[in-house]
Amino acid sequence: MPVVSPVAPRPLSASLAKAVPAIISVGLLAVAWQLYATYSGIKPTILPAPSRVLEQAMLNRDALIDNAVPTIRATLAGFACSLAAAFALSMLVDFFQPMRRALFPVFIVSQTLPLVAIAPLVVLWFGFGLAPKIMLVALVTFFPMLVALVQGYEATEVEIGQMLRAMGAGRWRVFVVARLPSALPYFFAGLRISITYAVVGAIFAEYAGAAKGLGIYMLNAKNNFRPDLVLAAVGVSATLTLVLFGLTVLLQRLAMPWERAGQQRAGKVPRQ
Amino acid sequence: MRRLELRHVRKAFDGLDVLADISLSVGAGEFVSILGPSGAGKSTLFQLLTGAEHGEGEMFFDGAPLDDHGRHFAFMPQRDALMPWRRILDNTTLGLEVQGVKRKAARARVASLFAEFGLAGFERHFPAQLSGGMRQRAALLRTVVQERDMLLLDEPFGALDALTRAAMQRWLEQMWRHHRWTALLITHDVREAVFLSDRIYVLSARPARVVREIRVPLPRPRDPAGAAAQQAGALEAEILDILLNPQPFKGHDHD
Repeated sequence: MPVVSPVAPRPLSASLAKAVPAIISVGLLAVAWQLYATYSGIKPTILPAPSRVLEQAMLNRDALIDNAVPTIRATLAGFACSLAAAFALSMLVDFFQPMRRALFPVFIVSQTLPLVAIAPLVVLWFGFGLAPKIMLVALVTFFPMLVALVQGYEATEVEIGQMLRAMGAGRWRVFVVARLPSALPYFFAGLRISITYAVVGAIFAEYAGAAKGLGIYMLNAKNNFRPDLVLAAVGVSATLTLVLFGLTVLLQRLAMPWERAGQQRAGKVPRQ
Repeated sequence: MRRLELRHVRKAFDGLDVLADISLSVGAGEFVSILGPSGAGKSTLFQLLTGAEHGEGEMFFDGAPLDDHGRHFAFMPQRDALMPWRRILDNTTLGLEVQGVKRKAARARVASLFAEFGLAGFERHFPAQLSGGMRQRAALLRTVVQERDMLLLDEPFGALDALTRAAMQRWLEQMWRHHRWTALLITHDVREAVFLSDRIYVLSARPARVVREIRVPLPRPRDPAGAAAQQAGALEAEILDILLNPQPFKGHDHD
């Protein structure tokens, strides 16, 4: 029998090395932009150079942070609601299959609603507070996660189900012991997709009407002919999305240690 | 002493006959194989036994009609069905966990078996870190530790490469001699059936019926190279002939 020994985890330097191509491509893009903005004679009120965006971002950092906080709050609160709803409904659909036929068409229609039209209406109905933002974030993030969870439950190995029933396990036990863990990879795939929509959803909601937030900040900057500040706010929202994305990757690693363990065996043959 | 007995069991799915007429018995401490072509409905038989499906005919366990399915059988499916997210230790305690055994007690019960199953030192590993043969042994450990009356093994080595399969068959024969489990094995591997079994039921193609019951008089421990190997070879040839040249079915010659 082959003896399998645990392989040492990949060193951090290797992970950093993997990021080098991305850093280079982003860097080149910034340099090209800088050169064009400097030497083409284009007005900074049309296209500001990245150096100017950065400079203005630093000068206005208090305002940016002040406006980022409500956006973060709306994103996280909306996402939490969406997560809870997706989880509850996915279980309902899994236990009562007819619910799927009743509910899915409604959710699919909800995904076809254009945000540009819905956002102002939701603000009109629910005011300038946190509630409409939570609703819009939930609206854009809910469906990918629901689909991922339902698909994940169904990806449970048939034989595991048969074996558990032969052991005398009931439906609830099968769900907790087999279907839920089987859905984890799907869940995280859905989570990664959803989280990138979440910040955009919150900004859209703020754009439609808010007292404070990155969305309303962008709108005001645009109306004041300050594309540099619009781009600075865009930078903040992009950073926010990247941080949230990174958190989901980290969470997946923590929640699914067996995934890396499997890669270690699969990756035993060194790849050059 | 007969433990399991089936009389004229039939099963159809949507008008398609899968099991036409299955009568068989398994005695206490006996290793019996059901041998048949692929798609003959062998696995359907196990579904009837574990209660996943219901058919016609009579099924008895220790003389009483079979009703509480889960109590009698420990089932090992075709693929190992190890849960990738559970460490080997927690995979092997799964059956006990479902029975309601406390975690600590369950772990103590499986722990003593790890060395015997060649898995010592791998308790904390995930299934993906183990070889195919080790995974199958972990699956068998999970099955036998449930201490049910009888093992149902559904092509347990079907997914292994030829060499590992041969090694596993020898290992299983040796384990069986120590433990004398009452076991029913489904296989389409003639050599495996002859090597492991006390008796073999040969099934026809679908709709499946028992075409022959064959006693395997070979001495144990079974030795794939010894004096009995010739006898085993003759038996294998005979069974292969039955499988490859099916006689047209001519009514019952029961009893």
